[in-house]
Amino acid sequence: MRYHHFEGQEAGQIYDWQLIKRLSRYLSPYKYYFISALALLFLGSLLGLVGPYLTKVAIDTYIQQQNISGLNFIALLFIGVILLELAVRYGQIQIMQYTGQRVMQDLRAGLFSHLQRMTPKFYDKQSVGGVMSRLIGDIEVLNEMVTSGVVSMLGDLFMLLGIMGVLLWLNYKLALVVFSVLPLIFYAAQVFRKKVRESFRQIRARMAKINAFLQENLGGMTIVQAFCRQQKNLEQFKKINGDYLDSYLKTVFYYALFFPAIEITTALAMALIIWYGGGQVLQGALTFGVLVAFIEYTQRFFRPINDLSEKYNILQSAMAAAERVFNLLDTDPDISSPDKTQELEQFSKTIEFKQVWFAYSGDEHVLADISFSISKGESVALVGLTGAGKTSIISLLARFYEPSRGQIMIDGYDVRQLNLKQWRSKISLVSQEPFLFSGDILSNIRLGREDISPACVEQAAREVNAHQFISQLPKGYYEPIQERGANLSAGQRQLITFARALVFDPQLLILDEATSSVDSQTEALIQDALEKLLRGRTSIVIAHRLSTIQRANKIIVLDKGKIVEQGSHQELLTRQGIYYWLHQLQFKD
Amino acid sequence: MLAYRRRIIIGLVFLLLTNITSLIAPLILKYAIDSLRGSVDPALLLKYAAAILGVTVIQGIFRYYMRWILIGTSRRIEYDFRNNIFAHLQTLSRSYFIKAKTGDIMSRLTNDLNAVRMVLGPGIMHLVSTLILFITAGGLMFYLNWKLALLALIPLPLLSLIIRFLTQRLYNYSEAVQAQLARMSAFAQENLSGIRIIQAFVRERAQVEQFKQQNQEYLKRNMRLAHIWGFFLPLMMFTSGLGLVIVIWLGGRQVISGEISLGDFVAFSSYLALLTFPMMALGWVVNLFQRGAAAMGRINKILDTEPGISDNAQTLSAVEFSSLKPFKGEIEFRHLSFSYNGPDSQVLSGINLQLEAGSSLGIVGPVGAGKSTLVNLIPRIFDPPAGQLFIDGVDIKSIPLDELRKMIGYVPQDGFLFSETIGENITHGLERRDMQKIQEAAAISQLTREVEGFPQGYDTLVGERGVTLSGGQRQRLSLARALAIKPLILILDDSFSNIDVYTEGEIIQRLTPFIKSRTCLIVSHRISTVQWTDHIIVLDEGKIAEAGTHRELIDQAGIYAKLYRRQLMLEKLEQVK
Repeated sequence: MRYHHFEGQEAGQIYDWQLIKRLSRYLSPYKYYFISALALLFLGSLLGLVGPYLTKVAIDTYIQQQNISGLNFIALLFIGVILLELAVRYGQIQIMQYTGQRVMQDLRAGLFSHLQRMTPKFYDKQSVGGVMSRLIGDIEVLNEMVTSGVVSMLGDLFMLLGIMGVLLWLNYKLALVVFSVLPLIFYAAQVFRKKVRESFRQIRARMAKINAFLQENLGGMTIVQAFCRQQKNLEQFKKINGDYLDSYLKTVFYYALFFPAIEITTALAMALIIWYGGGQVLQGALTFGVLVAFIEYTQRFFRPINDLSEKYNILQSAMAAAERVFNLLDTDPDISSPDKTQELEQFSKTIEFKQVWFAYSGDEHVLADISFSISKGESVALVGLTGAGKTSIISLLARFYEPSRGQIMIDGYDVRQLNLKQWRSKISLVSQEPFLFSGDILSNIRLGREDISPACVEQAAREVNAHQFISQLPKGYYEPIQERGANLSAGQRQLITFARALVFDPQLLILDEATSSVDSQTEALIQDALEKLLRGRTSIVIAHRLSTIQRANKIIVLDKGKIVEQGSHQELLTRQGIYYWLHQLQFKD
Repeated sequence: MLAYRRRIIIGLVFLLLTNITSLIAPLILKYAIDSLRGSVDPALLLKYAAAILGVTVIQGIFRYYMRWILIGTSRRIEYDFRNNIFAHLQTLSRSYFIKAKTGDIMSRLTNDLNAVRMVLGPGIMHLVSTLILFITAGGLMFYLNWKLALLALIPLPLLSLIIRFLTQRLYNYSEAVQAQLARMSAFAQENLSGIRIIQAFVRERAQVEQFKQQNQEYLKRNMRLAHIWGFFLPLMMFTSGLGLVIVIWLGGRQVISGEISLGDFVAFSSYLALLTFPMMALGWVVNLFQRGAAAMGRINKILDTEPGISDNAQTLSAVEFSSLKPFKGEIEFRHLSFSYNGPDSQVLSGINLQLEAGSSLGIVGPVGAGKSTLVNLIPRIFDPPAGQLFIDGVDIKSIPLDELRKMIGYVPQDGFLFSETIGENITHGLERRDMQKIQEAAAISQLTREVEGFPQGYDTLVGERGVTLSGGQRQRLSLARALAIKPLILILDDSFSNIDVYTEGEIIQRLTPFIKSRTCLIVSHRISTVQWTDHIIVLDEGKIAEAGTHRELIDQAGIYAKLYRRQLMLEKLEQVK
C-alpha cells in the first residue's frame, strides 16, 4: 500500500529504485556469488570489445602493410579471446542463474510463510486465484527476469560505456559527432518507457482478473452447466480476455514503433561517420582502420540499446510483479501474537466471553453483547437458527477474527495476550464442511505431524468408528484422497475429521454443525464417536439436532446475534422459551 | 483461422521486405569505403550517407508493419485460443473436473498458452527472418567471394549438430520445470483453500516445510535447465566469432594477395556481423519452440478430451423437439443401472420408478446408497445409459442437452455460489435480471428478511465461494437460484443439510404451492425433509429397498420405519436421561 503515493514519471523512478533496493536485500545472502557473476559479466563485455579492435589492427597494421605472419598472430589471438569469452560467459550465466533462482526460492518461501499467517478475514476478501497469481505467477515473472538475463543488462551497460570510451580514445572528434545522435535516443527511450510501463501494469491486473474468473468457473462448472450459463459466462470471459488483449496490443504498438526509431537513429550515426569520417580519411586526418572500427563499434553500440528495450518489457513486468508481491508481504496479518505473550502451558480454569460484539465488516454486528463462561471439563452447546451467530462465536474463540468490542478471557488472560499458536494448539476444530487435503488418509488425520505414529492414528480412527471403512479401502490408511475428498462420502469425510480432532488430543474441542449431513445410521456411529470425543473434555458444540446437545452441561440459545436463553436442557424445557419450541418442532409430524 | 493465415502471410511479406532492405545498407557502406581508396568527391560521400539513412527509414516502416502484424496477430490468436479452450472446458462433464486439478487447468490456460503464443509471434518472426538473413547474407557473401564464404560458414554445420544434441535435453528439462511448477501451484492452491484447518491445527510450519521441498525441487530442475542453457548462448557467440576469425585470417591474406578489395573485405565482415545476432536469436527461438511444443501438448490434452456428455446423432433436432412440447414432467426410470467405472462397481442397479408429472418424490437411505447419483442422472451431470431414463416417455439422451437442463432446477449439496451479487446469483439461470422473480424465489427460500437486512440488499456481493454467508444461507441462496427459473422439474440434492429444522419447515410450507405443477425430487438424510412428499423411496446399496408414502412406509415396518423410529428413539432416550 505504501507505494501508492508515488505517481508520474519522476516518482516512478524513485519507486522502481525502492523496489530494486528491496529486491536486492534478498540478494545479500548471495552477495559473493552475485559479485563474482558481475565480475565475469564485466570481463565478458570487455572481451566482446576486443574483436573490432583486433579487426582494426589487422587492417591498419598487417593487411595494408602486407604482413602475413602478423595476420596469423592476430588470428590466433582472436581465437584465444573468443575461447576465453566462451568460458567466462558460461561461468557467468551459471552463477547468475544460481543466485537468481535462490533469491526467487527465498522470496516464494517467504511469501508462502506469510500467507500462512493471514487470517480468514483476509481470505474472505481476497480470492484464492488472486493470491495464487502472486505466489506463482508474479514470482515466476521475477524468475523470468533472472533466467532471461535481464541482469545481463548491466553487462550491456558496461558495454555501452566501454564502447564510448574506446571511440573517444580512437578519435575524439569523430566520437563526438557520433554521440550527437544520443539525445534523440534518450528521448525516444524515455517516451517509450513511460508508455510501456503503464500498459504493463494494466496487463498484469487484467491477467489476475482472468485467473480469478477461471478459478471460480472451473470450480463451479456443474452449476454453470446445470443452469445452461455456458454462453453467458463465455461472453463474460471473452470480455475480460478481450480487455487483456487490448492492453497487450498497445504494447505491441509501442514496440513496433520503438525498434525502427532506434534503427533509424543508428543509420543516422552511420551516415555521419561516412560523411564526416570519410571526409577526414580523405584529408588524411583519420586512418582507414579507425573508420572501419568506428563503423563496427557503432553497430555494437546500438545493439545493447535494442537489447535493453527488449528486456525492458520483462523488467517492467518484473517490477509490477515485485510491487504486488511486496504489497502482499506488507499486508500485516490482522491477528498475531503480541510482542510479549502470556504463556499458557495448560488451560486449567475457564473460558469467558465478556460483552463481546463482533462484525465481519463495518457496523453489521453479527454478535451483540455476548457473555458466557465455560469451565474446564464442561461441554457447552450453541443452539439457534441459521445466521444466529453460532459460527462467529467459535471463529472468535479460535482467533480467526477479533471481537470489535469486549473480551474473551482464558484462565483470566485476554486471549489477545496469549501466544496465538500456543493457544490454537490446545484446540481441535471440526469445521462445518470437512476439508481434506490431497495425500493419503493417514496424512489427513495427523496433518503431517510425523511424531504421531500410524498406530496412534489407527487407534483414533477406531475410537471414532472410522477404522472400519478405512480398512476396507484398497490401500487402507495409505489410500490417496482425491481433490477435496471426492472419493469419499460426506459421512466418511466427517469421520476422518473426527479422527483428526481426536488424534491431536485437544484441551478444547470445537465442533461446528458436524452432525448435520449424515444419515441416521452414520449418525449413530458419529454419536458414539462424539460420546468418546467429548467425554471429560472441554468442548463447544454447534448442532442442529437437539439430541446431540442434550448431553451438554450448558446450552446457550442464540437468536440474531444475542444470547436469549442459557441453562441445562431440562431447565430450558421447563422455561418453555425458544428452546422448548425448537425442541417441539423436531418431533412435529 | 483463415483470416489469421492471411494476416500472417502479409506479415511475412513485410518481414521479407525488412530483411532485404537491411542488406542494402552494408552494400552502400561497401561502395562508400571502396570509394575512399581512390580520391572521391565529398559530395558523393554525402550522397552515400543520405542513401544509408533513406534505406533505413524505408526499412523502419517495413519493420513497424512486420511487428504490428505478426506480433499483434499472435496476440489475437492467443485470445481466440483461450476463448476456445474455455468454451471447450464448459462442455466437459463433472467426471473430468473431479479428476483434473483446477490449478493445473489454469496453468494451461495462462502459462502454457503464452508459451504457444511466443512461438506464433516472436518465434515465427525470428525464425523466418533468421532463415532469410542466412540465405541472403550468405548468398551475398558467396557473390562477393565464394571461397571465403565457404570457409567463413564452416562453423555453421558444427553448430547445428550441437544444437540438435542440446535441444532434446532442453525440451525434457523444460518440461520437467513446467511440471514441477504445476505441482507447486496445486499444492499452494489447496493450502490456501484449507487455511482455516491449517491454522486451527497449527500446521503452518509443516506446510511451509512441504512447500519448501516443492520449491527446492523446482530450483533443482531450473538449474538443470540452466546448465544446458548457459552453454547454449555463449556457444552461439563463439561460433560467430570463429567465422570472423576465419574472415580476418584468410580474407586478410586474400586482400594482401590482391584477390579481393579492402571494401569487399569490410562488407564481408559486416555481412558476417549481420549473421551474429540471428544466430544467437536462433538459440532463443529453439528454446521457444521447445517450450511451445511442450505447452501445446498439454493444451491439446484438454482439447482432445471428448465432452463425455453432449448432443450426438441420437439427439432430436430442434424441430422434432419442439413438436414434443410442452413437456409435463413425468419421469420414468426403466431398469436403470449405473456405474462410474466399469460394470463391477455398480452404484445403482435395476431402478424402476415412475413419477407422475407434478408429483413429489423423497429419497432417503444410508450414505453411499446412490441417492445423489440417482438425481444427478436427470440433468445428465453424470450420464445414464440410453433407454433407461425418460421424461414424458422421451429418452433423456435424445433431448437436446440445453433444453433438458433448462427444464430442471438443480440444487446441489454444496451450495456453490459465484462471487457476484446475491441478486445475480439468484438469476444465474435467467436471461436477464428480473427483480420480481428474484423476490419471489427469495421469499420461498426464506431469504427475504436477511437479504433486506443487508445495507446493499440484493446487490450485496457474495465472497468467493460464498464464504461471507453461512452454510445455511448459501444453501437457501442456491435453492432460490433453482426456483427462479421456474423449472418443470426441481431437484434438491440434500440441500437442507445446513438449514435448521424450523427454517426448513417454513421453506417447505412455501414450497408446497410452488411445486404443485412441478415434479420434485428431494434427497435427504432427514425424515422431516421428505415425510410430506407424495412418494418416498428408500435406497440401499443402489437398489430401491422400499417405496410408498410416509404412512405406508411406517406401516411397512422396514428400513424407513426403522430410520424414523431410531430418530425418534434417540431423541426420547436423551430426553429420559
